[in-house]
Amino acid sequence: MSVAESDTNIPQQALGDVLLQVKGLKKHFPITDGILVKRAVAHVKAVDGISFEVRKGETLGLVGESGCGKSTTGRCILQLDQPTEGEIIYDGVDLSTISRAELNRMRERIQVIFQDPFSSLNPRMKIGDIIAEPMHVHGIEPDAAKRRARVSELLTVCGLNPRFADRYPHEMSGGQRQRVGIARALSMRPEFIICDEAVSALDVSIQAQVINLLEDLREQFNLTYLFIAHDLSVVRHLCHRVAVMYLGKIVELAESDELFDNPMHPYTQALLSAVPVPDPDVEAAREHQVVKGEIPSPINPPPGCVFHTRCPKAVASCQTDVPSLRELRPGHWVACTEA
Amino acid sequence: MTALLQIQDLKTQFSTSSGTVKAVDGVTYDVEEGETVAVVGESGCGKSVTALSIMRLVAEPAGKIVGGKILFQDINLLDLDIEEMRNIRGKDIAMVFQEPMTSLNPVLTIGMQLMETLQQHLDVDETAAQARAVELLGLVGISDAERRLAQYPHNLSGGMRQRVMIAMALSCEPKLIIADEPTTALDVTIQAQILELMKDLTRRLGVALIIITHNLGVVARYANRVNVMYAGKIIERGNAREIYHNPKHPYTLGLLRSVPRLDQPRGERLVPIVGHPPDLTRLDGGCAFRPRCTFAVDRCAREIPPLVDVDGGHLSACWEHENVGLNVRKAS
Repeated sequence: MSVAESDTNIPQQALGDVLLQVKGLKKHFPITDGILVKRAVAHVKAVDGISFEVRKGETLGLVGESGCGKSTTGRCILQLDQPTEGEIIYDGVDLSTISRAELNRMRERIQVIFQDPFSSLNPRMKIGDIIAEPMHVHGIEPDAAKRRARVSELLTVCGLNPRFADRYPHEMSGGQRQRVGIARALSMRPEFIICDEAVSALDVSIQAQVINLLEDLREQFNLTYLFIAHDLSVVRHLCHRVAVMYLGKIVELAESDELFDNPMHPYTQALLSAVPVPDPDVEAAREHQVVKGEIPSPINPPPGCVFHTRCPKAVASCQTDVPSLRELRPGHWVACTEA
Repeated sequence: MTALLQIQDLKTQFSTSSGTVKAVDGVTYDVEEGETVAVVGESGCGKSVTALSIMRLVAEPAGKIVGGKILFQDINLLDLDIEEMRNIRGKDIAMVFQEPMTSLNPVLTIGMQLMETLQQHLDVDETAAQARAVELLGLVGISDAERRLAQYPHNLSGGMRQRVMIAMALSCEPKLIIADEPTTALDVTIQAQILELMKDLTRRLGVALIIITHNLGVVARYANRVNVMYAGKIIERGNAREIYHNPKHPYTLGLLRSVPRLDQPRGERLVPIVGHPPDLTRLDGGCAFRPRCTFAVDRCAREIPPLVDVDGGHLSACWEHENVGLNVRKAS
């Protein structure tokens, strides 16, 4: 059994080519004080030393509760937020070291779908223009007629009527808008899409439609997804591997089936136990261990293991020793000394 | 004995520039004393407007209760004047809203907000109100209650604020609490805490609870009886087991098949409901679910199916409920 020695030690996988490597990523946001001269009085440790990799064709789930750093991780990969520390290596290139022009070319390959279909589309632009804009910006399809044809094609691929190109976002439902967001991401023919809570704002019947669409597109265009979400049932359904985050750190990482059948970190166990299953008989038979307390502030996270303040299995050493990710079974990494 | 709350053929409408929205269109249900009843449905199905109608909090003049009765302990709440309603609201019937961030007053301390309710409804002086407020915060699991009374909502986390909301709802020992998506804004571990707390308190204090939610899992864990709403109407009602194992309406069946489940094998494709919910200003004389329904027949376009008892206390509003039942049995 191998043991990772430091945060930069990446859980290795034998299968597939590595598309994205995140190494020792940290993102600390300064909290400033002062009117004329701003000085940092503290830092929000949104992401605090995480490492993982995503292989071609796989969907990696990033789950956790609000404030655990999952969305910041996505934004750092896209270079929308400048990482404080660590490397984002995409297809062999460290994204934080390349020039603006090179980064723009890289962004054709990496796209993002956001959570809120209401605020992520410009209300003053027609759907067709929203979808065509990235092609225009990146100079991919200079010919306007061809761009329009491509927009029609993308709308059809995403299950929308091509006539919607002439409509405005407010004329569409939440589910339809999310399909527009997906069409826009696909317009660049990307290979990697970051889905940041892409189905969370949708009603269940619509959510299922969009989940199926994401699955179909993955198949059709050989896409790789980083699927950031808080809904564990959806993550289990869509993802091949899952990383669980808590207070800026990855506490557990494993193949989807392994993680959900055999969760080893007390936080993952608590999360799974908290998710209600839509079946009264199953619910009546289940044991519910409700984890106590609230998530501590990321400004001043607990020393030692970040989960020890709420952990039912904590021992004295958890208050001082930071547990590293250890591979306890093949491909199953856990950051807990008691697991 | 009659039920604690009887809603009879309630109709609430909103007039908008694009027409009249029939948000609640003939809803009837009962809540017995001490019982937990769930109202499930997706956005815009009228579940929250039903709750606001019970509390007489529908925003006028756009919104209006245009028909029906709401009998609470045999008194029709719709006949009461503003003053009489105010005496019931917050005292006999309390409400817990979805957004603990916006439903507390940001410029008043927690203590003032808790004590205001108490002094409004009960004949207590400030010292007694404060003592009761401390007791209530303890009841909902907030430690260090005396210090908390002096704090403002922004000092508290989302989960803590929702605990304060529950404390306020319980403060005058109501007979009925309406919880409108009480945990939707919360993280799953906090959601589990709040739901356990509400379940425990309503059982211990014998308070009836209407829980309004879109989360089928929450309903399965906590409710005795379930009402499923679609486009302003209740389309299925029954005890939770019946609804989940033996649904008799295609919409309920569709909802259950749309959600991935942690207890089932991974990788099975979801079966979504096709299309999207109807425009409530443009409902015709047929079943509102018809355009999305795989069981629809000609009759569904002509006649709106009434909610009728199809199986010993299990109600469905579907002409083809027998086919739905057969389909469920075949699948299992």
